Amino acid sequence: MSYMFTVSPDFTPDHISGWYIFNTWLQKHTGIGIHLEMYDHFLSQREAIQADKIDLIYANPFDAAMLVREKGFLPLVKAQGAADEALIAVSGESQTNDVTDLTPGTRVAYTDDPDVRLMGMIMLEPGDLDATNIVPVVADNYVLVAKHLLKGDADVGIFLAEAYDGLSSMIKKQLKVLVRSQISVIHHALMIGPKLQDRRDEIQQLLINMESDEKGGGVLKSLGFEAWQRVDDEEMEFMIDLMDTLNT
Amino acid sequence: MIADMSAEDIVGDYQEVTLQLYGGITRKVLYTQIETPYPDGKLIVSTTNPEGVITHVNQSFIEMSGYDEAELVGAPHSILRHPDMPAAAFKDLWDTITRGETWQGYVKNLRKDGGYYWVKATVIPNIRGGKLVGYTSVRRKPSRTKVDECINLYPTLFN
Ligand SMILES: Cc1cc2nc3c(=O)[nH]c(=O)nc-3n(C[C@H](O)[C@H](O)[C@H](O)COP(=O)(O)O)c2cc1C
Repeated sequence: MSYMFTVSPDFTPDHISGWYIFNTWLQKHTGIGIHLEMYDHFLSQREAIQADKIDLIYANPFDAAMLVREKGFLPLVKAQGAADEALIAVSGESQTNDVTDLTPGTRVAYTDDPDVRLMGMIMLEPGDLDATNIVPVVADNYVLVAKHLLKGDADVGIFLAEAYDGLSSMIKKQLKVLVRSQISVIHHALMIGPKLQDRRDEIQQLLINMESDEKGGGVLKSLGFEAWQRVDDEEMEFMIDLMDTLNT
Repeated sequence: MIADMSAEDIVGDYQEVTLQLYGGITRKVLYTQIETPYPDGKLIVSTTNPEGVITHVNQSFIEMSGYDEAELVGAPHSILRHPDMPAAAFKDLWDTITRGETWQGYVKNLRKDGGYYWVKATVIPNIRGGKLVGYTSVRRKPSRTKVDECINLYPTLFN
């Protein structure tokens, strides 16, 4: 029997090989046959989840509620110290210095990362902007969000803060940050589906100890972080409740 | 229990009023006209038990309310009750959340130093294993337009 593992489509392209290496490491240490399936879009990934094809997922916080409450997933771990934060930026030449300067009809560039877009839209609310009165400019990635701002075909951009920080200094010099979120409790998490749950404690422990494994530390580095950190059920429930309030 | 507010904590000129809170609690509150702006990019989060007694607050909550964590945890949430807030707003809040639904509204909160801050609050029931274990409120920065509407509306809701 083989199980299916998938990663939130907003993974950093630099880390794609890291996820394959991680999957190999995990199969070796658990003896479980796991196939890693990468999806390009949240929509196609959600279809696979709905069809009960997924057993293990590095999930976007936005999807956590559906995974836990509808599909019976439970949390395992998160990247140590990691949190998803969003920021709002404009072109350096823009007259806008505060979100409250914005007006209805503002062209907002964002990607399809659902949690970042949600946090970003919340930071636009003080300017009386919401989904009904903005003009969306959807981009495939954050470099393209930045380019829309520089070319003047969007007025503001919603970025994953980490992705913004990773833009070249050439680009960042031409942009201006209006607001950066400091929420700290919204994060991606590795979650396990019903078919594998009898192995949950064992896999969770294995991942927590991964940093001290001979090869494990290097595998983690290829994913871009130092260690996995345990996420217990209540931490996940709290995050889901929080996401629900933001979604209202 | 919530203690009366004390003059030595208050910053600036203040007025005094006694609030009748739920459960027969009375509290003397001292309040000023000094507004603390909502911190950009932050969420103010608290959790209560089913009776509305605070069980958890985040750092932004502590900073904005002016109280220590130890003063907040164990206190009724009405520790932030501002005299300018109409009782009808909180009746609606409690009616909504006890039905198991989510409540959203604009709230003027009272700080320990007598000042105030406006929030857009969303309160949600916390259901664990099918049982209600408490409520969580997440506040975000409100739009000034909406706050101005409430400044006009709320005084009309006192009877
Ligand atoms: C999760 C939660 C958060 C609340 N947050 C506030 C708040 O920030 N400010 C406030 O005045 N009341 C808040 N309340 C409502 C209070 O419980 C209380 O109803 C209100 O302060 C009015 O006091 P009273 O009901 O004793 O008259 C909250 C209630 C819940 C359940």
